[in-house]
Amino acid sequence: MLITIQVNNKKIRAEKGETILSALYSNGIVIPTLCRMRDFTPTGACRMCVVEIEGRDRLVTACSQPVEEWMKIWTHSPRVINARKTIVELLLSNHPDDCLYCDRNLNCELQRLSEELNVRERRIRGKKIKFRLDQSSPAIVRELSKCILCGRCVRICEEIITSTSLDFINKGRQTHVGAALDRDFNFSSCIHCGQCVLVCPTGALHEKHNITEVQEYLNKSGITKVIQYSPLVPAGLAEALGVKYNKEFDKIVNAILRKIGFDKVFTTGTGTDICIKELTDQLSERIKNRGVTPLIISACPAWVKFAEQFLPSLIPQLSTLKSPQQITGVLIKTLVAGQAGLKPEQIFSVSVTPCMAMKFEARREGMMRKGISDVDSVLTVRELARLIRLYGIDVANIGYEPADEPMEGRSSAAALADVSGGLTEGIIRSLYFMKVNKDADKQVFKKLRSVNSFREATIKIGEIEVKTAVVDGLAGLEKLESSLASGIKYDLVEVMTCPGGCVHGAGMPFLKSGDEIKNRIKLVYQADETEAINLPCKSPVLLNLYEKYLAANKEIADRKIFYTHFEKRNVLL
Amino acid sequence: MSTDIESILKKYKPGRREYLIPMLQEIQDDLGYLSEEAIVKVGSFVGLSTTKIYGLATFYDQFRFVPSGKVQIKICHGTSCFLNGSQSVIDKIKEETGIMPGQTTRDGIFSYEIVTCMGGCNNGPLICINGEYYTGVKAEQLPDLIKKLRFIIEND
Repeated sequence: MLITIQVNNKKIRAEKGETILSALYSNGIVIPTLCRMRDFTPTGACRMCVVEIEGRDRLVTACSQPVEEWMKIWTHSPRVINARKTIVELLLSNHPDDCLYCDRNLNCELQRLSEELNVRERRIRGKKIKFRLDQSSPAIVRELSKCILCGRCVRICEEIITSTSLDFINKGRQTHVGAALDRDFNFSSCIHCGQCVLVCPTGALHEKHNITEVQEYLNKSGITKVIQYSPLVPAGLAEALGVKYNKEFDKIVNAILRKIGFDKVFTTGTGTDICIKELTDQLSERIKNRGVTPLIISACPAWVKFAEQFLPSLIPQLSTLKSPQQITGVLIKTLVAGQAGLKPEQIFSVSVTPCMAMKFEARREGMMRKGISDVDSVLTVRELARLIRLYGIDVANIGYEPADEPMEGRSSAAALADVSGGLTEGIIRSLYFMKVNKDADKQVFKKLRSVNSFREATIKIGEIEVKTAVVDGLAGLEKLESSLASGIKYDLVEVMTCPGGCVHGAGMPFLKSGDEIKNRIKLVYQADETEAINLPCKSPVLLNLYEKYLAANKEIADRKIFYTHFEKRNVLL
Repeated sequence: MSTDIESILKKYKPGRREYLIPMLQEIQDDLGYLSEEAIVKVGSFVGLSTTKIYGLATFYDQFRFVPSGKVQIKICHGTSCFLNGSQSVIDKIKEETGIMPGQTTRDGIFSYEIVTCMGGCNNGPLICINGEYYTGVKAEQLPDLIKKLRFIIEND
């Protein structure tokens, strides 16, 4: 039911029961917010969104107050503006003034608000609290002195990621956000998905930077610098650099990376193709021999850590296949090294991903052989954008270059894997092609492409039926668990930690409008529509790799090197 | 030790977070503090993560996470005691024991905490040592008092 309320002396229409904030937003009136997150229940913690209502003594928070017919609201009265400014001044009173050195400089919500509210001097001086810098996690750095206690990270970790690794500890001035028993992050149940980093309004949480390390190695002589980038990276990079993305941008990325100083540029998409092929074989075999079902995909490193901690009973069903990044990494340190006549330690292998947990994965025990890691350094898309700016590369006039052999191309199914459900779709399509020798009808995958956090589809492939489930964001796990408990037998299960898949990964550029994720998904699906090679088994790159190189190389011929092991982890849950 | 925690938990219904604080209080009464094991066990009993239990417990001053000393001192820092100079008492105790409030000395003898008002406002500063109240305490009395207490404990 629509009602009329008065805002700043103008009448606006509002839905009964909606909050003042949502009524204001749908009428194009913008007021600042800080602790608010879209689609979450409001907490009213930061009080940034206060408005004045005639007849009320106190200012009210627009994010939590429902509209009522009689309301006369002032969104920018002197009292409101003064209150908002004071809030920011209080937040700044004990904030370290190191914006110039901060990870979020020019991209910080607190900085933006203080600019918008015209804070031009330090009016309130608070005692600065010194917290220890927590760099213990391989992926996430915590700088608690920059934390403004908005609680976004606590909420996303509990409600979306469900690992609940963060909470407020202590009270009053001592309040801070921390892990269980206030220990360092590497001891916690954190799965390094980095969603907290995406929602942090300041630089209190950010990725562990590997730029300096990469730079150091780029300057070293006698080392071959190799880089791989995930299929989603060009689209993310275009977003970060503010240029329009088209398919040719991949070739620009190759040129950029070579200009930065990398000797060889590969696409992780080839690794994804291998991943799809291996999983298809595994699934086909498990169906044929009635092996352990379901086959649970292990390509998402955050999910793997989650399972190791919270669901150790599922570990035997997990495919032990490494993630595409690690598969490509293995090939770089074996095949590519062999071709160039190099020892693995003479290669510095970098990966660019939209994921933050990959930083953790590259450091996993099973990802090293003889003390040498397959992927030496992992960069997020944001870090790569920084590196490009650092090296002053003119992206507009750089030209097009292909990637390097033998991992120079991918199928569109590999790109699809960056969207939740995409990997399942790729595997099923491959299996279909393998069994029936023609492409599966696209309509079949409609169910896998919906937006629910838990989706199921049964797909008929010739004589057999394959029952699949996709968990899109760990919040959907509850439904999977209850389905499994009720005795439903799935053949293939895919779990993605970040809602939406890698397109919502924590290594992608920060979200500004909130529509970015939809655009990224659209780009991925568009690529799948238009590209000619839609399956790994049709990709000449993959066929070449398997037939020519893999068989000839003793180290990798049995493909055991693509596999690893997972085991129960002992952390404080 | 672990059987104690379990026998306490047995009195409650699992998965019900409304009994969380009484549970923690009872465990603390029994153990003297909330151990890591206790927090983990309560967490899995109630169905909340350890992080949440720890976050909640640190909110309340009544919970401690290290065993208390044999001599436990409470120092009042309420308005009246503050006006009568309780800050100098706190500073002196900090100096004499070398620990912060909520901590325990390495030898396990002393621990102290700062509380707000124990109901002796006309006789401040007030301190309470193992349940015994001392009124009108002056900072300069403390070194002797602490020496005496240490002597008693060590020769007990």
